[in-house]
Parts: sequence; C-alpha cells; structure tokens
Amino acid sequence: MIENFKQVYEKRHEYAKDWKIKHPNQKMVGYMCTYFPEEIMYAAGVLPVRILGSHEPQNVTEPHVFGMFCPFSRDVLAQGLEGRYNYIDAVATAYPCMHLQQAFYSWVLHVTPKYFAVDMPNMVQSPHAFPFLVGLLEDFKGQVEEWVGKKIMDDDLRAAIAVYNEYRSLLRQVYETRKAPSPPLTGVEAMYMTAASQFMDKKDAIKLLKEVLEKELPGRSVKDDSASRLMMVGSEDDDIKFMQMVEGFNAVIVVDDHCTGSRYFWNQAVSNGSPIESIAKRYIDRPVCPQRDYPERKRLTHILNLARDWNVNGAIVIQQKFCDPHELDKVALLKFLRENGITTVYLEFDVTVPMGQFRIRVEAFLESLQEEGIL
Amino acid sequence: MEKKHKTAPIKLWEKAKELRLNVYRDIAEAKSKGKLLIGGGTESLIAVPTGFDHAYLGGEPYGASIAFMHRENPALYQQILEASDYAGYPRDLCAYMRSYIGSVLLDKYIFGGSFPKLDFNLQAGFCDTHCKWYQITSEIKGIPYFAIEMLPFQWEIEGESEKVKKLKIDYIANQILDAIEWMIKTTGRKFDDEKFIQGCKNEFESTSLWAKICTLNRAIPAPVDEKSMFSFYILAVLARPKQEVVEFYRELLAEVQERVDNQIAANPYERFRILSDSQPPWFGLDIYRLLDRYGVVSLGAHYTLGLSGGWEYSKEEDTWNPARTPQERGVLLKTREDAARALSEWWLKTGTVCRGVRYSGAGKNKRILDLADKWRANGVIIHLNRGCEGTGAGQMEIVAALLKKGIPTLTYEGNHADAREYDEARTISRLESFMETLGLKKIY
Repeated sequence: MIENFKQVYEKRHEYAKDWKIKHPNQKMVGYMCTYFPEEIMYAAGVLPVRILGSHEPQNVTEPHVFGMFCPFSRDVLAQGLEGRYNYIDAVATAYPCMHLQQAFYSWVLHVTPKYFAVDMPNMVQSPHAFPFLVGLLEDFKGQVEEWVGKKIMDDDLRAAIAVYNEYRSLLRQVYETRKAPSPPLTGVEAMYMTAASQFMDKKDAIKLLKEVLEKELPGRSVKDDSASRLMMVGSEDDDIKFMQMVEGFNAVIVVDDHCTGSRYFWNQAVSNGSPIESIAKRYIDRPVCPQRDYPERKRLTHILNLARDWNVNGAIVIQQKFCDPHELDKVALLKFLRENGITTVYLEFDVTVPMGQFRIRVEAFLESLQEEGIL
Repeated sequence: MEKKHKTAPIKLWEKAKELRLNVYRDIAEAKSKGKLLIGGGTESLIAVPTGFDHAYLGGEPYGASIAFMHRENPALYQQILEASDYAGYPRDLCAYMRSYIGSVLLDKYIFGGSFPKLDFNLQAGFCDTHCKWYQITSEIKGIPYFAIEMLPFQWEIEGESEKVKKLKIDYIANQILDAIEWMIKTTGRKFDDEKFIQGCKNEFESTSLWAKICTLNRAIPAPVDEKSMFSFYILAVLARPKQEVVEFYRELLAEVQERVDNQIAANPYERFRILSDSQPPWFGLDIYRLLDRYGVVSLGAHYTLGLSGGWEYSKEEDTWNPARTPQERGVLLKTREDAARALSEWWLKTGTVCRGVRYSGAGKNKRILDLADKWRANGVIIHLNRGCEGTGAGQMEIVAALLKKGIPTLTYEGNHADAREYDEARTISRLESFMETLGLKKIY
C-alpha cells in the first residue's frame, strides 16, 4: 500500500499515461505550484498533476534560464524540454516565485502552448486578498469552462472540494500517527505518499490512504523511541536519497513544512455556501510559503507548533540553492527555532546533493542532539 | 576618424545634480524640520505618503549609492557587505537589499553618521524580495511596517481579461487606502488629501515626461547616451511625486528636443547603436566610456527607460508610447479614493519593468524586441545581473529572441551592487571581443 505510492512516485509518467488511456475524453493539466486551485480543474473533469523535477543533472535549461535561478526551477523546466510531460494538455501555475514563474513561461514558449496562470496574491494578510482571489478564481473558472467546453456547476465544485478535503483529511491522519513515540512510518514513506498523491487522481490516493490507515499502519513501528525525532523545513524537497540517508541513522523524520510535504495538504476548504469562496479561503489561509509571510511573521509560529506537537528534537532546514523566498526567511527562522529550543542544521540543496559531506553534517547534528541531553 | 556629428554638454546637468542633492538634504534635515522620515523602496508607490510632510529614504538608490562607495571607500563598502554576509543573508539575494541590511546592522549611514532613524517603513512590492526586505529591516530596527502588494498586469499578448485587470486595480487601490489609514494611526498626524492628489498627478506627469525624453533617443544621432541618462532617470526614481521633478523634466524634454532638432549627438562618432538590459554594474560605468571609444552609443535599457513607469500600450500601433496622464485624458481626481485608484491604474498600465519581473516569455520578449526596433538598435548588450533576479527573469529567452531576429547580442555576468561579483577585466574583454565581431575598432 505504501509501496503503491512509491510505485506511482517512481513511475509517475506511466501512471499519468495510463490515466489518459482510461479517460480518453478527459484532459490533464500539469501544474507547477501548490497554490494552484486544483479543485476547479478537477470539477471540470481535468486531472491536475504536479510537475516536479527528477533530481538528475541536466544541461538543457541553460539557454532558457539564467544559471542563478534555483536548481528546482531548472529541473522542472528540464522535464518539459526533455519531453517527459508530453502527455499533458495544458500547463498551469499560480504565482509561485520569480524563478519557477520564469520556468513556467519558458515551458509555455517551448513545450506546452496552452496554459493557465492564476495570479495568486502574495499579500494574504490583507483583507483585500480574499475578495481579489475570489474574483480571480471566478475568471479562472470561466477560462477552464471555455477550454473543456462545458459549464462547471456549483455542485461539481462541491464534489471536487469534498474529494480534496477527504484526501487532505486522510493524509493529516497519516501525519497524526507520526506523533507516536515509535512512529509507524518513516519520513521517506510519508514523502512517497505525499509526493505521489500530487501526481494522482485524488480518488485513487484516497483509496490507498484508507488501506494504509486501516490495514498497514496499525501496530507498525519503524523506529523505537530512542530515535532522534526530526522535522524538515524549507523549499520544495522530495530528495528521497537524502531522507533515506538521514533515516539510516537512529533518526526518523516525523513532520515537515515544505511544499512537497505538509504545506500541500494541511488545511481544508471549509464550506460556507459559495464553493469558489471556500476554495479561495482555503488558499488564503493555508500554511504560507515565505514570500507570502509578511508584514507579520505567521509562518514561524506554525513551524514551531508543528515541532512541538510532533515532539521534534531537531530541525533540518533545507533550502534549494538560490531560492530567494527561503533565503529571505532563513535567518529569522533559524534564530526563532533556536530561541525556542529546537536545534537546527541548515543545508543548501541542489538537484543532487553531496551525500558524503551531508552525511557527515547530519551525523554531527545528531550527535549534538545527544550532547545537548535532548535524548 | 572624423567626427560625424556635433556634440555639446547637456545644459541641465548641474540642475539635475542639485535636485538629487535636495533629496538627500531633505532626508538629513527631516527630523530637525519636524518632517516624517519614511523608509521604503522607490520602485514602490512613493506617492502614497505625499499627504504628509515627509522625506523618503529609498532603498534601491541607497543600495546604488553604497555600490558607488566601492571606489571611494572600499573598506567601508566591504564592511557593509560583509555585515550582511555574516548575518546569514546569502550572496545571491538582491544586492541592494544586502547592502541596505549591512548598513542597518552596522548602524552606519554612508553619507555620514548613524543610519537614519526612520519613523516607519512603507513598502509596495512586486518582486519576491522587496516586501521581505522591509520586514527584515523593520525587525532589526524595531519600527512599524506596512506593506502593499503590487501585482502587475500581465503582458498585453497574454490576453488578460478586463475583469481581472479591474480586480488588480481595486486590490492595489484598496491597499493604498489601508496604508494611508495605517500611517495616520501610526503617526497621529493629519494626512492632506490635496497634497496626495497633487503628488499622484506629479508622478503621472514625471514618468510620462521621462518616457517622452527617452523616445527622443530614437533619433539618429541619439541626443543622450545611457550613462548620462542615469543622472536624469534617477530623479523619477527618487522623487517623481515632486513638482520640481515635473518642472525639471519639462525643461529636459525641451533641451533634448532642441538637441534632436539641431542634430546634437551624445556621441560624435555614433556608428553603432545598442540597447542594454538590466541595471548596470554601478561601480563599473566605465564600460560606457569604452563603448564611446568605439563610436557605440548606448540608447538605454528597458530598465532605464521604464523603471518608474510611464509607458502605455497602443493596440492600434502594437507598441508602447509615452503614457497619457489622467490629467491629459480629462480624468478629474477629487478625492483620496480617486487618487488611490488612479495611482494603482497608472502603475499597472505603465509599469512595464515591474511587469517584466513577474511575467517573462513571449510578452517580455515582445517588449524588448519592440524597443530594439523602435530605437533602431543595431545590437543589444545584456547584463546577466546576479544582484537582481527580477530583471534577470526571461533574459536568456530575450537573448534567443534577439538572435533569431538577427540582432547581435552579447551577455556578460555581473552584479549591479556587489562588486565582489563583478569582474571588470573580463567584462571589458567580452565587450572588446563583441566589438571585434561587429567589425568595429577603437576610434580613440
């Protein structure tokens, strides 16, 4: 069951192509940012699939993207330039960050001409962001209707919201099990489940999640309570090899705050009559990424609460090299976590990481947790 | 080689210097004169606080001023940047911001004394960095902070709906009104709506005038070169809501028109015309003197021409022209709300540089290609600026688009404000090689 997620993660394109064969009259959209309002596409019968990089070195993006843009954005673009997403019918994003936005527009120029760009506001703390986003989503809905050739009714939206909410609720339940002193799944396994479900029809993900919760996790324990309990915080990260290395020590990753992790699914769309308003509110209120966390800082308290609720000993703060949003926050984040008793280690990631050096740093970090008497 | 054109210094040079000094004098004297001292970006809505008696410390020009210190006071310059490094801000972040943060952390103002005691920070940001910049420095200094998100229109080619455009106008206008209420509450001072309205009108006219001045550089020979333009565009950057800037640009427009009418050139040997792209390396402006020696005139950049707005798209002509101000279109601004809305709309419609930070691809390519066409550029030199990823957005695609059009294009890597990231010798070598490929030799 968790293995099924792993299969989808590793063979995401096969899953997608298979879905297209089974649903010949339905379209598929590849999206680049988790602020993209998937529910609206889903309500139209379109399957949204996240575009992630492959963690392989590449040399196709240099003519398109300045080398100082983050490796994740270039890795994402490389997937398109190399034809790996040639099955999608459109590409989409909500405003992610400058780097990924540029990758998006290069993708539109060279890979998939049909696109949707939702101008998700950054200033989510302004009371005007919500009505603004409601208006944007109504316009976006109209664009999708024109594309698929049919109206999206409120009932379609409510049904889509219900599916996504159920998925989010089940994944929250999975994360809740990781609060146990001996967690029933590793961080790697949780990553497979979260990342893979971003490539899947949520109904398929729901089916698997229920099986995992009912049949696989009860009674399972992957580490005993002597293991260091860690959280991962930062940019997009689905670096499985890195996480496997970390958990190869007497350590387990029990929670995270990044966008291939909990930020993707953490909160639900709460029904209040208007489904578009429910969707807008959900995206306004979700755990923010750094460039949306101003003028007040709200992100840091959320991260600290996760750390406390999941009884974390230490935090690995990971950040894609050149990632401006996370670089802008990391000074305040590291200081805040340390002031609140969470020991941290800060690592800069690329599409591949220097495993030898990182192993030494992680090992030293884990030793320091022991020396501080935390364990 | 014989000079092809007559040339003459620009008469308003000294006046421009004086107006720039006025801005910094204003900052220095603000407290003693009972004025508010406000911090924030200049690529921002600097007309918003004009309802107060105030001076404004603009972050980007201050960062550029720090960059100029590289040659005047290298030890201080190094100290400032290293303070930011040591605090943990990575070197690929906005170089203006890092310089500013370093100056704040050291409590050293590069014009002398401690860093000015700002009453609050007000930032209207359109890139990932700007609103976070002032969050950080407000925390360091413990001062109040209000942010506005400026979410640009998409490029015309993207076909953004009128409904969405109206949503964006309203979104920004409403935030402006909130900002004014916040400033009143924070300072306890009265906000003069008439002054705010006039500040907005001045902003519209300043930036439209600058666009008209830049348009005159389509002439052959070009009357002004980009290095000189830096001394003039900065007034729009620093103080576009001020009446004295409007009056200056009216005079400058007349003088540059006179130069066009009398064929007075910026470069008497003009034989090759280039556009640049992005901010220049502020400590390395000698590269423009190098270009002069080849008879190459730099006409400006999308950045120089349009940083503070002032360009509107004409569907009929499929190009961008100096924007008609609300005043010219007969739009009356009677209330604070009218002005907020007009300011929002002006930025969204005419702020093509800010737009290009967020939206690249076909739309941004079209803007640059249009500039190259209309300004009759023979080549383009692109600064791949590590210090500003906003201006870097889409640059490589622009290179491809220019080359496809047969326009010789050179790129060089550098940094507009961190001299440690700029290799002058290598840049000069690249420029000289580029000249060689164009068949140009130094004239003097």
